[in-house]
Amino acid sequence: MSVQSTKVLDCKGLACPMPIVRTKKEMDTLELGDVLEIHATDKGAKNDLTAWAKSGGHELIKDEEENGVLKFWIKKG
Amino acid sequence: MAQTISVKELVKKVLSKEKLFILDARNTDDFDDWKIEGENVEVINKPYFELIDGIEPVQDQLPRDKDIYVICAKGGSSEFVADQIMEAGFTNNVFSIEGGMKAWSEYLEPIKIGDLKNGDSIYQFVRIGKGCLSYLIESNGKGAMIDTNRMIEQYEEFISEHNIQMKHVLDTHLHADHISGGRKLAEKHGATYYLPPKDADEVTYEYNHIQDGDEYQVGETTIKAVYSPGHTIGSTSFVVDDQYLLTGDILFIDSIGRPDLAGKAEDWVSDLRNSLYKRYKELADDLLVLPAHFMTHHEMNDDGSVSEKLGVLYKENHGLNIQDENEFRRTVTENLPPQPNSYQEIRETNMGKINPELEQQREMEIGPNRCAVR
Repeated sequence: MSVQSTKVLDCKGLACPMPIVRTKKEMDTLELGDVLEIHATDKGAKNDLTAWAKSGGHELIKDEEENGVLKFWIKKG
Repeated sequence: MAQTISVKELVKKVLSKEKLFILDARNTDDFDDWKIEGENVEVINKPYFELIDGIEPVQDQLPRDKDIYVICAKGGSSEFVADQIMEAGFTNNVFSIEGGMKAWSEYLEPIKIGDLKNGDSIYQFVRIGKGCLSYLIESNGKGAMIDTNRMIEQYEEFISEHNIQMKHVLDTHLHADHISGGRKLAEKHGATYYLPPKDADEVTYEYNHIQDGDEYQVGETTIKAVYSPGHTIGSTSFVVDDQYLLTGDILFIDSIGRPDLAGKAEDWVSDLRNSLYKRYKELADDLLVLPAHFMTHHEMNDDGSVSEKLGVLYKENHGLNIQDENEFRRTVTENLPPQPNSYQEIRETNMGKINPELEQQREMEIGPNRCAVR
């Protein structure tokens, strides 16, 4: 599945809670339906981003791991 | 900036039954799976990512007249949330718990269980965050360790403070819920490492065999092996000086061992039944049972230790009072609780088949032990 990202946010090397703090801040600047691509290395990011997206009404459309980097695509809702 | 508190200090407060208010800032699935518990612990959950803009979502649930402790997975988000609480104008003490649930899960509190002959001692190391119990027997400056956990530095600190020379390091069985530190501790201290051979078919390293009836001498104290299979096919209990019965994962205070963690529940049910209803019955009622786990703080004594006389357990433990064999079989094979986190990888690590990095080992051990059925 190929997903068009509106913006890419680099959270590599950041520990909890920063990946989500940054994601949230960035998300606030985007329009409904935009897709934010997030790169993170904190293992906890997966569960937390998934739960955060759900609680905020956003949609996690895809996630994958590549060479230790977790990538997420979240659609603003 | 909010203050921080170590898990060591926190454990002391929980064990001394201080009234504590804890805000757990992990996501709700993790919280529901596993959290800090204690007789006077009040704990609520609100994920940190719902508190990024401020603490309004949880503000009304926070006390203003007592200390607030905030915990998360690793200690980062709890600092963030604790600061947010203070910024919201709370003037009571707000602490972030250093290292989070990961550190909570690893801390060992040594508690003296009692005296042996000649002023020697037996200590229980309570891993309160995971419900694991391990034992150090000290006699005349010599030591034996049973069911050693992975974090051997904490035992080593104790061993060196008490000037103990380690002789024997034993595991009651091949563990599935936590990584054994036994082999490493034995190697580092020139002690002998033992494992029941029936659990060790696939083990990739050298070890010494524990056989029924074997005796191990530690100073003036004798440890005797009593073969008691059922949780695993090799599970062996130890009787120490005719006073203590170390039951491993066969018998707990308020539950019994589960037979399914090696995938052989049906095969091992009758072994478990035989160990609990025949083998242990032949032992003295006044032996003090010292298990390798506890499940809830209700099983703790006033000093935080976990123990009970065998005779009392025969009266009060539900798992020892199921007269019908079929009902027993159903109890221990059906509707079992979920298996421990990563239990297969943990077994393979304990066999020496895989050797994960430390961080991965810590991740594998997250969560409760889940070795029992009620």
